[in-house]
Amino acid sequence: MRGVLALVLWLLLAGPAFAISDPAEALPDPAQEARAVAIGQQLRCLVCQNESIEDSGADLARDLRRIVRQQVAAGRSNREVIAWLVARYGNFVRLRPPFETGTLLLWGSPVLALAAGGGAVLLARRNRPAPPPPLSAAERDRLRQLLDRT
Amino acid sequence: MIPELGHFTLALGVAFGFAQAFLPLWGAARGDARLMQAAPALALGQFLALGTSFFCLAWSSAVSDFSVLNVAENSNSLEPLIYKITGSWGNHEGSILFWCLILSLCGAAVAAFGGNLPSSLRARVIGVLGAAGVGFALFALLESDPFLRLWPPPVDGRDLNPLLQDPGLAMHPPILYTGYVGFAVPFAFAVAALLEGRIDAAWGRWVRPWTLAAWCFLTGGIALGSWWAYYELGWGGFWFWDPVENASLLPWLTGTALLHSALVVEKREALKVWTVLLAICTFSLSLSGTFLVRSGILNSVHAFANDPARGVFILVLLGLVVGGSLLLFGLRAPVLAASGIFAPVSREGALVLNNILLCSIAAVVLTGTTYPLFADLLLGEKLSVGAPFFNATVFPLAMPLFAAMAVGPMLSWKRADLGAALMKLWWAALVAAVAGVVMATRAALLPALAFAAAAWLILGALADLIERVRLFRIPLGASARRLMGLSRGSLGTTIAHAGLGVTIAGIAAMSLAHAAIVLLHPGETAKLGGYDWQLVNVHDADGPNYAARVATIRISRDGRLVTVLAPERRSFPVQQITTTEAKISTNGLRDLYAVLGEERDGGAVLRLHVNPLAPWIWFGALIMAVGGMVSLADRRLRVGAPARRAAVAAA
Repeated sequence: MRGVLALVLWLLLAGPAFAISDPAEALPDPAQEARAVAIGQQLRCLVCQNESIEDSGADLARDLRRIVRQQVAAGRSNREVIAWLVARYGNFVRLRPPFETGTLLLWGSPVLALAAGGGAVLLARRNRPAPPPPLSAAERDRLRQLLDRT
Repeated sequence: MIPELGHFTLALGVAFGFAQAFLPLWGAARGDARLMQAAPALALGQFLALGTSFFCLAWSSAVSDFSVLNVAENSNSLEPLIYKITGSWGNHEGSILFWCLILSLCGAAVAAFGGNLPSSLRARVIGVLGAAGVGFALFALLESDPFLRLWPPPVDGRDLNPLLQDPGLAMHPPILYTGYVGFAVPFAFAVAALLEGRIDAAWGRWVRPWTLAAWCFLTGGIALGSWWAYYELGWGGFWFWDPVENASLLPWLTGTALLHSALVVEKREALKVWTVLLAICTFSLSLSGTFLVRSGILNSVHAFANDPARGVFILVLLGLVVGGSLLLFGLRAPVLAASGIFAPVSREGALVLNNILLCSIAAVVLTGTTYPLFADLLLGEKLSVGAPFFNATVFPLAMPLFAAMAVGPMLSWKRADLGAALMKLWWAALVAAVAGVVMATRAALLPALAFAAAAWLILGALADLIERVRLFRIPLGASARRLMGLSRGSLGTTIAHAGLGVTIAGIAAMSLAHAAIVLLHPGETAKLGGYDWQLVNVHDADGPNYAARVATIRISRDGRLVTVLAPERRSFPVQQITTTEAKISTNGLRDLYAVLGEERDGGAVLRLHVNPLAPWIWFGALIMAVGGMVSLADRRLRVGAPARRAAVAAA
């Protein structure tokens, strides 16, 4: 059992993705580390293609991970940490864009799409072809004769 | 000599393409039988020409002819032969030629198997396929010629990107491209129907096997890509909502919708206009996905400026194909008379709901993927739209889809009894609720809901099957006979729906994954997820074109050896890239996953994962594709339908 526990880091994560390359990077407190990961997954590695800083192996991502962990260790809330980074790098750093006028269409897209679909269905139902007129008495008699024959 | 032959046959392919685009369509418009009869031969000719051309490229790459620029830039003499060959479609120029080859294959397939189509429809379908492809073949010839010579030839090539030197990714592009491009056939049928001005049940029956085949390939291709990301990129993640991934997901979503709405056209002659629009949209999304992603415009507007000639050419082509077909739709769609009346609660109604939800998801993914581009261009604002956005917006749209998926197949056409259908599913709902509650005690709310949805889908498919064979209500032998007699179409539906459930279960269970990064010295042990991971040693091992360090990790549980993993870190000297080869041991219910990181202080940094149910993600996709193929084998699609041998082509 020599040296077993000293080197082991227990990380119980909400998501599987992360790319920390150095065990010393992670915070000693598992709860704080989990929070840091949750924050990091919301932040974009600015020099990568659509990767969060938790997923990326880039140097910049490592620096940002360190900043996030320092701030988490200093007791700042998730909101404060993200606000701090947005103040420096702009909204580009957020993988979840903020809800504001410029992103109304983006965040509204599910509702708009559903409404368009529902509207199209209603329109189609209003313009649908008229159902065929009910059978006349003569036709019904003839149908009965045909059915009886089989 | 061989590259010149390739260049010549590429030019020949373009010539065939122009002939294929004009003569059959002109013939069909004038009612000239001789011109219409030329269509199959032209399609076959284009396929043979482009096939020869691509063979020449692969040959040049296989024999390492570094006097060809494309080969010198993307291959290396030390590379294993398989990667020299697969590298020929792994680069920009080669992939565009390959794309054109697959499209010409579609034309040749319609020519070969379309013998019992009406001759004017067949001529138009082949003509539209030619028209859609000829511009891109011309692009390959003029703007992205893969056969350019290089003089003097370098001593050795610059090698294929090491990440692409992998058996899974070697097979990924052909399968994915066949899926992408396969949707050109329903597109061509849709445009041909607009030109003809009529659509009937027979049209739906002709279109469906082609759609199904393309859908099977696309499902397989996406799954293979995601599996590759899982084991090769070494993060243990499988889907990143990357623009490239979204570009393949979009046609899959609308293609799935198309598959279902074509069913309504075939069975009930309703939703005709909508189905035509979906076919056009699906191929347009495939097309723009392939080429816009390749152009890099989604990552940065400036990628376009690096090579404006290529960018403008592609944009004009896309505009012509997408805009032209949509314009034709706008002009001609009102001609297509609707018939087939149905009540809101009916099989048709359920399929309409499926279409609305699938297309809404597609709209959200499309908006999210392109929004940063438009925000930059129109608002001058730099934004990122990543996984947190997509997870938050797609999930609420997907849940009702899953809920309806189990019920839909139980409803009858025209008018159905929802209550009766739900009564048959009560036990599935009960088990799903229990599964969700159990999961909620261990994970967050969303994964728990997804897990419940997975159970609901799998059991719902089972309930549908039990209902169809009347299990336990008639003698077992009679049930078995009913099972054998079930139409392959409905069996395929059941299998594919259950397959999606398996995939969702795998994705939901990823939230229970354990992971850790540890620094271990040889002989030391880490504990993770109930397993003991002991680093035995780290040693050198050299491959054909790389040097590697290999860690030996013994994994045991309660003192009993489970498996030994040997993750590698490979350095490729030519491209100066280091890749990690993750090693995975699976028993079907969980993956043990190990990645070797840096070495320092006599120890090695290891990243270890325990991923429960992870293999189900891709296993489920495989089940879905198998369901599609079972459906393709349906007698009704073969008898009297042109795609007699489409099932063989898909197998």
